[in-house]
Amino acid sequence: MRRFGWFNATSLTLGLAFLYLPMVILIVYSFNESKLVTVWAGFSTKWYGELFRNEAFLDAAWVTLKVAVVSSTIATVLGTMAAQVLVRAGRFPGRTLFSGMIYAPLVMPEVITGLSLLLLFIAIGLDRGVFTIILAHTTFSMCYVSVVVSARLATFDRSLEEAALDLGCTPFDAFRSVTLPVIAPAVIAGWLLAFTLSLDDLVIASFAAGPASTTLPIKIWSSIRLGVSPEINALSTILIGVVSAGVISASLISKRAMVLRAREERQAEQG
Amino acid sequence: MATMPANEDFAPWDDPSARALITFRNVTKRFGRFTAIDAIDLAIYEREFFALLGPSGCGKTTLMRMLAGFETPTEGAIELAGRDIVPVPPNRREVNMMFQSYALFPHLSVWDNIAFGLRRSAMGRADIAARVEEMLRLTRLEPFARRKPHQISGGQRQRVALARSLAKAPKLLLLDEPLGALDKKLRQETQFELMDIQEKTGTTFVIVTHDQEEAMTVASRVAVMDHGRIVQVDTPARIYESPNSVYVADFIGDVNIIEGTAGASSDGPNLAVHWAEGQQALTGPARTPLAGGQRCALAIRPEKIAISGDRPGGMHNVVQGKVLDIAYLGNVSTYHVELPTGHVLKAQTANTRRIARRSHTWDDTVWLSWSDTASVVLPV
Repeated sequence: MRRFGWFNATSLTLGLAFLYLPMVILIVYSFNESKLVTVWAGFSTKWYGELFRNEAFLDAAWVTLKVAVVSSTIATVLGTMAAQVLVRAGRFPGRTLFSGMIYAPLVMPEVITGLSLLLLFIAIGLDRGVFTIILAHTTFSMCYVSVVVSARLATFDRSLEEAALDLGCTPFDAFRSVTLPVIAPAVIAGWLLAFTLSLDDLVIASFAAGPASTTLPIKIWSSIRLGVSPEINALSTILIGVVSAGVISASLISKRAMVLRAREERQAEQG
Repeated sequence: MATMPANEDFAPWDDPSARALITFRNVTKRFGRFTAIDAIDLAIYEREFFALLGPSGCGKTTLMRMLAGFETPTEGAIELAGRDIVPVPPNRREVNMMFQSYALFPHLSVWDNIAFGLRRSAMGRADIAARVEEMLRLTRLEPFARRKPHQISGGQRQRVALARSLAKAPKLLLLDEPLGALDKKLRQETQFELMDIQEKTGTTFVIVTHDQEEAMTVASRVAVMDHGRIVQVDTPARIYESPNSVYVADFIGDVNIIEGTAGASSDGPNLAVHWAEGQQALTGPARTPLAGGQRCALAIRPEKIAISGDRPGGMHNVVQGKVLDIAYLGNVSTYHVELPTGHVLKAQTANTRRIARRSHTWDDTVWLSWSDTASVVLPV
């Protein structure tokens, strides 16, 4: 039986090519010997070497990493707290508004988010730099964290928390010693998601960044205007690697947790 | 079915000088416009094994959650050992609860689950270890101490949940449908284990269940609930033999209900019930005084009805009918007998003889009879 008709095969090939051909070309040419991006002159890793001697790129990479680690950590704390309120607090006046406000940044145009943050920073006289990029990234990535964590909390057995209270925990202690360890995979997945979002953000960062603080995406974008160099190909290849590693591990962690949970539930049913 | 507590004299509820461990005073709980608990007064005594019994939605779980501190009464007071506990949060109450889902912490081993509550008390490390070992011994869980909850069976998980809630030696242990997730055979074994542990530890147990057999087996007293009210609180034997309403009679065990009108008061405590045109009145003791002509119901348990081929002499309560159906349950058989009036009565006989030698069969005309004191006459 032919399960894979010619039509399906063609659709799949075209679709994948459309999505990934540009990236494949970028990666392939990052190993090009020639300085010309469009002419293949043999395999080489010399552009990676060049890259690690380029101070400007290394500075930008360091800023990006700092921003990503700090903003995703703050976003994880705030996003988890917001998720806890959304799922646990039950009905309170303005709940719908609150949840709407948490999820709104998911669909808000980045330009608007970036612009409004810029106006805010100017209004309160905050000098733009690493700190403002961290603030900006925290605001938009915390809603992603809260989506991931609230999905997990919704299926969390409430009686576990009650049992902890019953056995002498304060509400905070119950959250720390029971809820958090159980939902940890979702929290870690949320952190990784926030981390990768921060890593490759260009639009919001360019509004929030100051002259002395350039993130990698901004640096790449501005170098392109002076012409594409194989160095940028190499840098982008590394970025693709880091981002895919983050996204893949985030999904693997939540999937593994799901499989484990399903197995435990199955065993519980069988007794 | 009802097992007497080991100490036959244990009946603090009959002793006017006894002080209750738990007192509900006019407790009402409303969720929005729904009244879950409706002005309940109740006293539970130390060392009691008290069962809250009722269909789902009768308020029994809400009542228990108020004892644990997860719900606050809308009105009224709850006292534990003379102290009002309504303002006390769950973590400060000397009350522990065993959850229906067991609520074992999946990331902790059996040992750490049991130690969880002890670690949040002022107890020292060595004492905690000793107490956990003691609990493991009590619940026969020593071989599984290092396992995680998902690595043990349902029955073992149930025992971990019990050990964990008993570890802090609470004044009161609440059990929310503790045996609901176990299969029938294991459930029966565990019932006796629970009674044994209750006796050994001397803890007061309050159990919530919808299984009347379970309540009858384990409890010293049973509260039958319906629509947020307590209909009757009594020992299992009295609930069964002397229900105060048709609801209780019908909820506990199997019963025949024959509706009729009360006759004028007759010999002693017995009352005549006119139940059908042209039929001799039935008699039975009235639970509460009934006026002549008042609507009432005569409740008679199937096992108290004798079945015979000839009309028995010297009985007031005799009816004739035709065998409609026979349900063979092994140890007993239940005969469904249709009377000429259309009533169908259930009569149960023990199968002391082999089934082939059964004396009555389908469509046989038989006589049903019961003594004057076997039934109870209830208001409707």
